[in-house]
Amino acid sequence: MSIAPPHVLDFPARAVVGTAAEPGDRPGFVSGSRSPLATAALLPHFKTPAFEGPLDLLLHLIRANEVDIYDIPIVEITGQYLAYMEQMEALDLAVAGEYVVMAATLIEIKSRMLLPQAPPPPGEEEAEDPRAELVARLLEYQQYQGVVETMRGWEELRRLIYFRGALENVDDYMLPVPEGEATAQQLYQALHRLLVEAGVDEKPVTAVVPRRRLSLRMKMAEIARKIAASAPDGLAFESLFTLPYLRYEIVLTFLALLELLRLGRCRAEQKTLHDTIWLIPILEEARNGHHER
Amino acid sequence: MEAALECLLFVSGEPVTLAELARALDRDEIAVEAALRSLQIGLTERGSGLQLLRIAGGWQLATRPEHAEVVGRLLTRGSSKLSRAAMETLAIIAYRQPITAPEIEAVRGVSVGGVLKTLLERRLIQEAGRKATIGRPMLYTTTPDFLHYFGITDLSQLPALEMDAPAPAPVPAELIADGRAPANGAD
Repeated sequence: MSIAPPHVLDFPARAVVGTAAEPGDRPGFVSGSRSPLATAALLPHFKTPAFEGPLDLLLHLIRANEVDIYDIPIVEITGQYLAYMEQMEALDLAVAGEYVVMAATLIEIKSRMLLPQAPPPPGEEEAEDPRAELVARLLEYQQYQGVVETMRGWEELRRLIYFRGALENVDDYMLPVPEGEATAQQLYQALHRLLVEAGVDEKPVTAVVPRRRLSLRMKMAEIARKIAASAPDGLAFESLFTLPYLRYEIVLTFLALLELLRLGRCRAEQKTLHDTIWLIPILEEARNGHHER
Repeated sequence: MEAALECLLFVSGEPVTLAELARALDRDEIAVEAALRSLQIGLTERGSGLQLLRIAGGWQLATRPEHAEVVGRLLTRGSSKLSRAAMETLAIIAYRQPITAPEIEAVRGVSVGGVLKTLLERRLIQEAGRKATIGRPMLYTTTPDFLHYFGITDLSQLPALEMDAPAPAPVPAELIADGRAPANGAD
């Protein structure tokens, strides 16, 4: 059984090969970028500026030039770094702010290196290398890049094996749902399951809702008929409303009733407060004669 | 007991700890661990398509890597591989956890907001309180899913950080576990 992950490669090779078919991965340099420093004026050609930031780019330049990270030729590296930024701009790519900040840092280090150093006062240590802080950052970043190689190998191996999905025979939904747990799709499925249990089996959840053709006039006629049929006792107000209560039904019935009362087709009586309201029909002849029952 | 053990591992959709197995079987952990090893060897010897792995702090049945192609044709793998940015961020969190976004950014030299969101969504990292500094930034740690994603048992399997050229990657012993002695001999 082969033990080494297939793509643990040394760094310069990685720069050319990269890991395959990974959208986030940098396509890397065109080979030939490993020019010795003597020919560093020949800039590496970048296929795509797919670096993970200025530190990644700097490490690449250092490797491509095969220079010592502890003794970075700051003039050359700064030159190449700036040239890279120009390429990015030439390709109309927005140069991220981080790259600009790093460029400023490099230029600052460069200028400090070019200045003649005053000999340190006796008894004091030599002034710190202006590159020291940058080198420390590069080294720290580089070690994580190394780990990424390892993790990439593990990911590769792990993707070759499959596990059972989470338990299928538990259909309780645990609440609260961990953040990010339920997708819209899952919620839809949960709703669908509820609907199936409620007996709305197999019907598509999206249905055309027909608009009820109910007019005030129709409602008035209906109520007037009911009240007239109740003569001479009258009709209880509540009995106009039937379950299930629908808001538009309630509103329409109430409006129709008000209209009937206004037209004098019936009257409403209530013996005591909160008692049942009785709707009493006013018959045609009685209406004409303004006769009370 | 091995057969019962196999049942437990079969029905479980996630790694089961030794303690959980011992409780279900009503046996002590030493006996259960012996049975696990025995089952592990048994699966290999009978040429099973399954293997028993120690992963993410527990034990779980998995298909053997040589059948990846076949299984892959039946099941479509949902998640894509992690991007480089996600990998780097994850590596930094794994070693430096709990860690805040600004601290990660200081190492990577780029902003990590979007990457963190992706990692949270994939549940490879989790929020773990806030740091008691100005602004009370959120702290992040890796999750058991992180271990599972990389097929390792615990964080101690991560390679030691070296300041110079990184060492070649050791393969997590348990991923190639087949009942024989693990590759690194440490067991």
